[in-house]
Amino acid sequence: MNAPLIVANVSRRRFLQGISLGGLVLAVGYPSAASAQEAKKYGADGMPNGWVDNPLAFVSIAEDGTVTIVCHRSEMGQGVRTGMPMIVADELEADWKRVRVAQAPGDEKRFGNQDTDGSRSTRHFFEPMRRCGAAARAMLEAAAAERWKVPVTEVEARNHEVVHRPTGRRLGYGSLAKAAASQPVPAREMLRLKDPKQFRYIGKGQLKLVDGRDIVTGKAQYGIDTRLDGMLYAVVARPPVYGGKVASFDSAEALKVPGVERVVPIEDSPPPAHFNPVGGVAVLARNTWAAMQGRRALKITWDDGPNAGYDSTAFKASLEESARKPGKVVRNDGDFAVAAASAARRYEAEYYIPHLAHATMEPPAATVRIANGKCEVWGCFQSPQAARDLVAKRLGMSADDVTVHVTLLGGGFGRKSKPDYAIEAAVLSKAVDGKPVKVTWTREDDLHNSYYHTVSVEHLEAGVDGQGKPVAWLHRSVAPTIISTFNAAAKNEAPFELGMGVINVPFAIPNVRIENPEAIAHTRIGWFRSVSNIPHAFAVQSFVAELAAAAGRDPKDFLLEVIGPARQVSPETLSDTWNHGESPERYPVDTGRLRRVVETVARESGWGKKLPKGHGLGIAAHYSFVSYIAAVVEVAVDDKGVVTIPRVDMAIDCGATVNPDRVRSQMEGACVMGVGVATLGEISFKGGRVEQDNFNSYEVTRMDAAPRVIRVHIVPGDYDKPMGGVGEPGVPPIPPALCNAIFAATGKRIRRLPIRDQLKV
Amino acid sequence: MIQLDINGKRQSVDVPGETPLLWTLRDEMGLTGTKFGCGMALCGACTVHVDGQAVRSCLTPISAVANKKVVTIEAVGTDAVGKALQAAWVDVGVPQCGYCQAGQIMSAAALLKRTPKPTDAQIDEAMSGNICRCGTYTRIRAAVKQAAARQGGTR
Repeated sequence: MNAPLIVANVSRRRFLQGISLGGLVLAVGYPSAASAQEAKKYGADGMPNGWVDNPLAFVSIAEDGTVTIVCHRSEMGQGVRTGMPMIVADELEADWKRVRVAQAPGDEKRFGNQDTDGSRSTRHFFEPMRRCGAAARAMLEAAAAERWKVPVTEVEARNHEVVHRPTGRRLGYGSLAKAAASQPVPAREMLRLKDPKQFRYIGKGQLKLVDGRDIVTGKAQYGIDTRLDGMLYAVVARPPVYGGKVASFDSAEALKVPGVERVVPIEDSPPPAHFNPVGGVAVLARNTWAAMQGRRALKITWDDGPNAGYDSTAFKASLEESARKPGKVVRNDGDFAVAAASAARRYEAEYYIPHLAHATMEPPAATVRIANGKCEVWGCFQSPQAARDLVAKRLGMSADDVTVHVTLLGGGFGRKSKPDYAIEAAVLSKAVDGKPVKVTWTREDDLHNSYYHTVSVEHLEAGVDGQGKPVAWLHRSVAPTIISTFNAAAKNEAPFELGMGVINVPFAIPNVRIENPEAIAHTRIGWFRSVSNIPHAFAVQSFVAELAAAAGRDPKDFLLEVIGPARQVSPETLSDTWNHGESPERYPVDTGRLRRVVETVARESGWGKKLPKGHGLGIAAHYSFVSYIAAVVEVAVDDKGVVTIPRVDMAIDCGATVNPDRVRSQMEGACVMGVGVATLGEISFKGGRVEQDNFNSYEVTRMDAAPRVIRVHIVPGDYDKPMGGVGEPGVPPIPPALCNAIFAATGKRIRRLPIRDQLKV
Repeated sequence: MIQLDINGKRQSVDVPGETPLLWTLRDEMGLTGTKFGCGMALCGACTVHVDGQAVRSCLTPISAVANKKVVTIEAVGTDAVGKALQAAWVDVGVPQCGYCQAGQIMSAAALLKRTPKPTDAQIDEAMSGNICRCGTYTRIRAAVKQAAARQGGTR
């Protein structure tokens, strides 16, 4: 075997290689203002290096018939290494039992965009991957027709063979592989895609995970598992305050620890953080434990810099103060002030969500080796191209000389889209003459030096008519922006943050005013699974339920009334210029779909049913990542105020699905993460330092507090219609649905997360 | 030199006796299936069996396991309970990122060996020391029950 078969002539297909916006700034995800003025591109076309549908890049067939399909997106639990190759295999008519999956190195020119975030993989690559499979299938059919000297119209690929229909002759893919490789790649417009009714795998959900067996037997390789001959193991003491640096250090005691070989300082990088390491002092040793002991023996004096006063309690008060004054107007329909003044009643409420850390079970880890002018990197990267570009830049090398091998990710949630740990490993490898060095972050490192979810105060006001229906809506959202990580002067939320459920709320309310007062970041702010949707959905969906209660209405009926009739709303009319990067024509905000998930989840959960004493149901719905999700949470609150969650129902409309079982598992996981955000999650700062160290002080949901039953209801979709995201949109509706349920059970309204002991009596 | 019995193989390692079993397995022996998650016995990712008991290897010095029988995820499938759990995990589609699942399976195997027909409360008690940040808990519970049923224990 091993003879790779489809090997030919890539240059002919260069025209297929997608649209590159190029440039390092975009490649690492900084939403450039300049790009907005260029001709606007949407979906995968709008991503750096776009998409590629070249079968030569993604498919190879060996003479024994083994089909190897490349997965170019990073696996972090969403199932992409199963789903993406499944799309290719289906169009290719490959027998899944004979398919192997190979992970692409970081190389976006070859594979298209690889930045695995934004819940984009399936919606951006479903069509290119179908075309890859269909093109490879056509090449196999052409090769068979040539061998039999029959018209290609008489042959057909079926389950790993090509069949000559009139005679029933058959040739296996392995025996055709070499000949197929020398066939021209068909033009895109000549491709014959399957009728979705003919799909073997797509939408069926019967295939097991490609990595499942390796995971349960301990063979699966994560970033932290890399081992190379002669490798040194490193841990780094990093400045505890954002923007701080090493004033002085003494390594004498560290170097006496058995197993410690070197102590190497890493240059600090003053804010904005970008994806740079924060600097510090590294200890390199023969194993991780020795490195950790060496680090404990370091004597470091830190210069904490200007963020030494960052204090979460004081900052919360300052955000509240800002939220009570007018700020930058980011959407203005009708006239809020006039309508509110003449409303029958007025209500207001404020909601708070603190910083959060991703706390991926695998902390960040990367390994680098430099030899003969080439650099190799191994690690758990959501954006391997960013790792490649930034390692190259730091080492003063060409990116062509840097190879990034992508391992499995032991969780990502946005943390691993920033490859600062790869740069650390590169700096350290260079310091020891290119010897392989693995940097491992401990849990304390992960919690102390993350790119945190922002912290926010959401101030809402409403004026309602005589029936309690809102006629005027004011939402002031105040939160340090992710842009501050790239531009220290940034104080307002970016379009992509506002477009996560604060301005693009499609309610049937005539007077809407959305304001965004300024906030200054004092730590590294980054993307956390579903990002700004978390605070926005918590505030909006809690406030709607508060208005329902004030009006004495059923929360589900009231929510549907506030959403209003089924209609397609242009994102532009909601002042949303971002629209999750998707075309406003292909992806309008569809209130009919939002209504349908509300109605579905209400029906499936038995909304309105009689419940035991102390139980309550809460509902919330949220549109994000161009998918529609609604959740009903059932809580039980005992007489000591302890909350348990017997059951959660979730309805999702993400369009058609590739692997429905993984859509379910993503909803289940998002539900548990949402419960954790609502009940436990908080990163707080004092003296500029994070107060949480490990899972004893940064608690996450465990089995005993997780929902007992999670039922996921998938609204059927159509493969001809645009798909939505799945990885993130399950999170936002959970905290408000949970708090609405607690209100139903107890009459107590939670406006500050985490709930922790707010209900304790 | 400390004598160890890892997955039925006797071997010796030359590291200080206070070195945790976790880092000895991973860095000195190349058994990377056992995972680091917290270093403080808070998350369960590093769970292994020592003389049949589930222990957190991140806080277990190797001096404490000299001449005891250590079993890791790489060998748990050599007995019927471990094999049934691995099969159930695949069948139910438990893993998402998969990183914590070695520790989950080791905790579950220790549970089923002690309690072949666990109740929900017993499963919660045995498994709540193991964090899964992907949130696979409902499927973990289902897979433990499926493995128990296939072993002849249902309740």
